[in-house]
Amino acid sequence: MIRTNTDQTLAINVKGLVKDFDGRTVVDNIDIQMPKGQVWGFLGPNGSGKTTTIRMICGLLKPTAGSGFCLGHDIITEAAIIKRATGYMTQKFSFWADLSIRENLEFVGRLYNQTNLKRLVNETLESLGLEHRQNQLAGTLSGGWKQRLALAAVTMHQPQLLLLDEPTAGVDPQARRDFWDQIHYFSDQGMTVLVSTHYMDEAERCDQIVYLAHGQLITQGSVMDVIKQSGLLTFKGTGSYVRQLIPWLKQQTGIEHIAYFGNALHISSTDLSSLSQVIRRSQMYIADHNLESVQWQQVDPSLEDTFIALMTKSGEDQRKYR
Amino acid sequence: MKSHQKGFLRDSLIDQLSRVSAILRKEFIQMIRDKMTFAMMLVIPLMQLLLFGFAINTDPKHLPTAIYIEDHSPLVRSIMRGFSVSDYYQIVHQSVSPQENSDLLARGEVAFAVHFPVGFTDQLIKGERPTLLIEADASDPSASSQAISRVHEIVNQSLQHDLTGVLSNLQTQPDPVIVIVHPLYNPEGKSQYNIVPGLLGVILTMTLVMITSMAMTREAETGTLENLLAMPVKPLEVMMGKILPYVVVGAIQTTVVLLAAKYIFWVPFVGHMFHLVIAVMLFIITNLSLGFTFSTIARTQMQAMQLTFFFFLPSILLSGFMFPFRGMPEWAQIIGEILPLTHFLRIIRGIMLKGNSISEHQPDVYALLIFTLLIMLIAIKRYRQTLD
Ligand SMILES: Nc1ncnc2c1ncn2[C@@H]1O[C@H](COP(=O)(O)OP(=O)(O)OP(=O)(O)O)[C@@H](O)[C@H]1O
Ligand SMILES: [Mg+2]
Repeated sequence: MIRTNTDQTLAINVKGLVKDFDGRTVVDNIDIQMPKGQVWGFLGPNGSGKTTTIRMICGLLKPTAGSGFCLGHDIITEAAIIKRATGYMTQKFSFWADLSIRENLEFVGRLYNQTNLKRLVNETLESLGLEHRQNQLAGTLSGGWKQRLALAAVTMHQPQLLLLDEPTAGVDPQARRDFWDQIHYFSDQGMTVLVSTHYMDEAERCDQIVYLAHGQLITQGSVMDVIKQSGLLTFKGTGSYVRQLIPWLKQQTGIEHIAYFGNALHISSTDLSSLSQVIRRSQMYIADHNLESVQWQQVDPSLEDTFIALMTKSGEDQRKYR
Repeated sequence: MKSHQKGFLRDSLIDQLSRVSAILRKEFIQMIRDKMTFAMMLVIPLMQLLLFGFAINTDPKHLPTAIYIEDHSPLVRSIMRGFSVSDYYQIVHQSVSPQENSDLLARGEVAFAVHFPVGFTDQLIKGERPTLLIEADASDPSASSQAISRVHEIVNQSLQHDLTGVLSNLQTQPDPVIVIVHPLYNPEGKSQYNIVPGLLGVILTMTLVMITSMAMTREAETGTLENLLAMPVKPLEVMMGKILPYVVVGAIQTTVVLLAAKYIFWVPFVGHMFHLVIAVMLFIITNLSLGFTFSTIARTQMQAMQLTFFFFLPSILLSGFMFPFRGMPEWAQIIGEILPLTHFLRIIRGIMLKGNSISEHQPDVYALLIFTLLIMLIAIKRYRQTLD
């Protein structure tokens, strides 16, 4: 329990956040201490509690237990103040489909009591490149444009903290890159940004990542830290028919996860000796069955390897505790 | 970014009003874009008016009438003929007892039961002004009232030809016969004029409660509520912004009904417009607040709709619109007293038909005010500032 916000350098400072829905614990004892000015990634499988945690941070849900501060204000009693200095982009598009792009921006600007509204909206439209479509109804925009509109709308009042819930879901790669350029631009201006995402490349653009599974915080730190902390070892197998090995590999014990990407097979485990044994056995299997040869080499595990391993592991945990 | 820190605690009235106006503008735009709903808000009142108005306008003729004669005479036959040729009454049965007359009326087989008592002719000739008793089924006042209002004229005219010679002096005095009409099943004897002002209350209740009951549920169902809640706008501001646009709608509906009352149905308007406007405004705000409160209770638009009808049915049945208020059982009257429409009907009928001022309806005005304040309090209490 933190009663006073001692650390002014933290944008988010929450301890022991818990959220139950109908007796089911969805967010379980989460601590987050996020310094101002950083960009953090919020990762975790579907239903792991990312959205719920973000909602508690910006005062949209009352925590069942726990407390904390957002921008130095109590998340339970001072939600109204937090809302003014925060921009929250919801996971589902939540602007008014029957208002035009301009009307949506004007509406948002008025609710934040923006002065010089007309100029602000014009500038926002210009930076979005949507001047020529400003009178189009927001509901008729394509998915990617909806996301761009939403980002523009939640940043128009220059918030100190940006909470983005899967802002790039369904956005094409080029637009995603632009999105991230924008996020970094906001960050350079001094905004603190917490982004939830399922994309590894996006996680790698963050100063730190926080990984949730089943409502619990599993790991957090920089990408390097997270990979290192996992203690994972990965071997990469290459060869033209390497994929044919997958069914056989899946039956072997001693591998925590197998993934095929970038024309290569990645097998990972925290135990070096069992990995080596599997590789030795695989060479024998290949020889026995006259398959194309596979070259194995140890590589640094990627973030994806790490996450899939984390996901598999926490999945097992869940099964055990149920 | 510095300006925020200063702006945190400063929240002037101007800021609050501009947020209200933000919501208000948004609602206006959405209202006008939602063509279907917008049309409904204007078409429903017109339709109701015309449907009810049609019922009012019909001047039903040839209403079945039973007759019980204890005193056969040429004069009585003249009066009977007078009834028949008047077009309003059609004598379909000659009863043999007063009981038969009453039974026919009770079963609804006749609309009127006429009774010529013993000695009717004698008294008439002697100038003693006998009574002619007419029992009327007044449960549908629009059907019976025309016929009832003509009855004196019919009796007098039919006797005109007979009351000649020695009897001609009987024609001069008040009326040769005292006609007593007993309107059964509707002792208040509402006239059709009651209906149009009442209809104004019914239309406002139905459309305004319905439309505002969607106010928050629609935001919740389309997912925009999360966005709205994440922005710095307070419950009272949202409520104001969402209610005010519909005050305009209510005003338009009122204008339509009043114009129709005057130029289509010739309803007299003896009171003052000023008092009427105050009463209507109060009632509009009452209904809008109620609808908004429903929208904070319902989770879906479907539930909001159901709540509206849950409220609308007793309003239309127990407010004195359908049935005369004093004729209802006590429990129904108690429920009726809680409903805003009951009080509005008293006020509006008082102002339009009796020329009352609004201050003569103080109890009803207070009832509406208290109801509105309570319901607004509930709305503010119920308004979910979180998604829980
Ligand atoms: N209002 C609610 N009532 C009941 N259960 C809820 C509610 N909101 C969320 N949940 C449940 O809480 C769990 C976590 O949901 P949440 O939306 O926080 O996950 P998430 O990590 O954001 O998932 P995703 O990546 O799919 O967006 C889910 O199992 C969900 O069903
Ligand atoms: Mg989510």
